[in-house]
Amino acid sequence: MSKQINVALIGNPNTGKTSVFNALTGLNQKVGNYPGITVDKKQGICKLPRGVKAHIIDLPGTYSLNASSLDENVVIELLLNKNDKDFPDVAVVVTDVENLKRNLLLFTQIKDLEIPTILVINMSDRMAYKGISLDIAHLEEQLKTKIALISTRKNTGISELKELITNYKALSTEPCMNAASIDKDYFTALQKAFPNQLLYKLWLVITQDVNFGKTNRQTIEAVSDFKTKSKADLKRLQQKETIKRYQFINNVLKKGRTIDLASAKDLRIRLDRILTHKVWGYLIFGLILLLIFQAIYDWAQVPMEFIDGAFASLSNWTKNVLPDGAFTDLIAEGVIPGLGGIVIFIPQIAFLFLFIAILEESGYMSRVVFLMDRIMRRFGLSGKSVVPLISGTACAIPAVMATRNIESWKERLITILVTPFTTCSARLPVYLIIIALVIPEGRFLGLSYQALTLMLLYLIGFGAAVGSAYVLSKVLKIKSRSFLVIEMPNYKLPLFKNVAITVIEKTKTFVFEAGKIILAISIVLWFLASYGPGEQFNNAETIVQQANPNLTEEVLNDRVAEHKLEHSYIGIIGKSIEPVIQPLGYDWKIGIGLVTSFAAREVFVGTLATIYSIGSATEIDDEDEAMSTIKNRMAEEVYSDGSKVFTLSSGISLLLFYAFAMQCMSTLAIVKRETNSWKWPIYQLVIMTGIAYFIALTAFQILK
Amino acid sequence: MTLADLKRGQQGIITDVSSSHIPLKLLEMGCLPGNTVELVQVAPFADPMYLNINGSHLAIRKETAVHILIEFEDE
Ligand SMILES: Nc1nc2c(ncn2[C@@H]2O[C@H](COP(=O)(O)OP(=O)(O)O)[C@@H](O)[C@H]2O)c(=O)[nH]1
Ligand SMILES: [Mg+2]
Repeated sequence: MSKQINVALIGNPNTGKTSVFNALTGLNQKVGNYPGITVDKKQGICKLPRGVKAHIIDLPGTYSLNASSLDENVVIELLLNKNDKDFPDVAVVVTDVENLKRNLLLFTQIKDLEIPTILVINMSDRMAYKGISLDIAHLEEQLKTKIALISTRKNTGISELKELITNYKALSTEPCMNAASIDKDYFTALQKAFPNQLLYKLWLVITQDVNFGKTNRQTIEAVSDFKTKSKADLKRLQQKETIKRYQFINNVLKKGRTIDLASAKDLRIRLDRILTHKVWGYLIFGLILLLIFQAIYDWAQVPMEFIDGAFASLSNWTKNVLPDGAFTDLIAEGVIPGLGGIVIFIPQIAFLFLFIAILEESGYMSRVVFLMDRIMRRFGLSGKSVVPLISGTACAIPAVMATRNIESWKERLITILVTPFTTCSARLPVYLIIIALVIPEGRFLGLSYQALTLMLLYLIGFGAAVGSAYVLSKVLKIKSRSFLVIEMPNYKLPLFKNVAITVIEKTKTFVFEAGKIILAISIVLWFLASYGPGEQFNNAETIVQQANPNLTEEVLNDRVAEHKLEHSYIGIIGKSIEPVIQPLGYDWKIGIGLVTSFAAREVFVGTLATIYSIGSATEIDDEDEAMSTIKNRMAEEVYSDGSKVFTLSSGISLLLFYAFAMQCMSTLAIVKRETNSWKWPIYQLVIMTGIAYFIALTAFQILK
Repeated sequence: MTLADLKRGQQGIITDVSSSHIPLKLLEMGCLPGNTVELVQVAPFADPMYLNINGSHLAIRKETAVHILIEFEDE
């Protein structure tokens, strides 16, 4: 196999890196993580002319090589480490023709690292519209590079870009401006101390905390005849560097680019007058939110019911086709319902990502941040916390990951800690079955009590998130200067291909990540419910028969199954926690549900289904019937004194418990990864569940 | 005067930025002495502020804006 060319796509956010990446690789890509951190690492393969292949990485967007976030660090660490297996043979710097000046800042820095570099000027379709014309030959000469003028929207220039990548060896590695001109004395001394190192690389190592190879800041500081500067001095030098670079770029562009303002049109101003308006802006944002909820909770129902039905018939079909026995039971009652429990969330998750992708792609999301920042700051959050909080209504996992672009660590941490309070779609099945069970039918002002209860639960979730953010902002003693700098990109019609790829990739990740856990739990659960220690379990039939000699066969089977469940492993676990949950109004069967749904909330309903269907030997064929059967069985559940288990008070207590409790292992795992310590997820677990217990207890004791 | 004193639609020229109070990222996005800045839009309570600095559109908080000195363009 011939060697692949390593290509790194680098550029400011919103310049079209991902679009270029998609144009080069198509669906021939995969998303992974950088080791140790959860920054998406997108890589793919691109076929070049003459049988050459390129391995392409889409790096996170960055404004410069001075990193201020996790995402940006990835870029520097790769570019400074020649031994990294992904170290680029050629860097492709993607720029937006409308923001060329700002985009070129990063380009000049990368040129200083003496890596072969191609300059892609994207969005050429906008040039006529904006009255921009370019002198490509002049720019190539001044910037010492090759330029590909492309449009991923109109699909032009891509083959020229591929040609340039193939011939990357012909590219110049000469810097286009002289880094030493930032501060002559300082840089001369630096070069003298380290004659074999690249000057700009040294400068980057001094100014930030990145690791590369053997040289790091300590070794530079350890060289005695070289004096390092104070932090403030360094920052002043960085500012000077930025000014120098802009001077250079302005000079280049003076001849290389002309803008005919008379023919330029601007949609932005007209749109922003409405979309960021003090009144209309919020109104429109509210309407968009309503639309998203409508999609997630209404439109998604159609495919969800279909999936639900399909898995139920699959389970029945398996039972009929496979020979009777433990293995068939495991497949039909453990694995298939477990898988169904994951797949059922795909429509909601896909809808959510669809909307988020469209809002991001169109440039609207930045306006949301602008509108919401001030309000969110009151509660110790940032405008950028809005996206995670909205995502949280589908699932906390992608929501926690969406906090990465929040600059201030404190605001980011608080967002991560409170996001799991928002009502995620996994709580929905629990809410629905319990509401149907305990909230009476009837209407108030035309709205059913049941719908009102559901709405109230959403408000409680959001209120808990915002309220606890406020408390955390007062309690957490973290020094981190809070600031907000956000680009307001041009409005754009989203590219269908980009949106589709985002939805597919994110949904896939969710299904596999969360899926693994849910599947494992449902298998374990099935085992624990189907086996038990000792006589009581193994000789259940004889024991029940001896105690009640005159039962009909059907009732007898029911009793046996129930007796078995009570003495199975899971029954023993449920019984052992009963004293703790009794004050909340729950019996041991609910206790089992609480324990298993610690892994993921939606497991609760599945568990009750398993428990009550194991408890009932009656055959269930039809899916609707199955659901109402579970409901009926739950409604019929009584304590030994004949009083009902599911009453208004115990039901509300259960609803409130689920509203507050941290019942999701995957979220804890992701919080651990994002905060890099077990401390925060453990706090989260203890505090949230503590609040849940207390509130559920209070509610039950008052209502009882 | 500082950037925070601009009214919507007004323009000024940046004269000085106090680098110890301003994130480097903001400088890199073009917020440098000599550049013209226009206040495009403000959120309620004039915070955050939506700016156009030499063609770069961005939003910053008022508490950052007070560290950026400006003067009106000579007409
Ligand atoms: N008009 C136009 N828009 C484009 C082009 N390429 C990308 N875009 C849009 O620019 C925005 C940012 O693109 P994206 O690839 O996500 O940029 P990234 O943040 O650099 O990865 C999206 O809304 C794209 O649809 C192009 O060639 N022309
Ligand atoms: Mg991207």
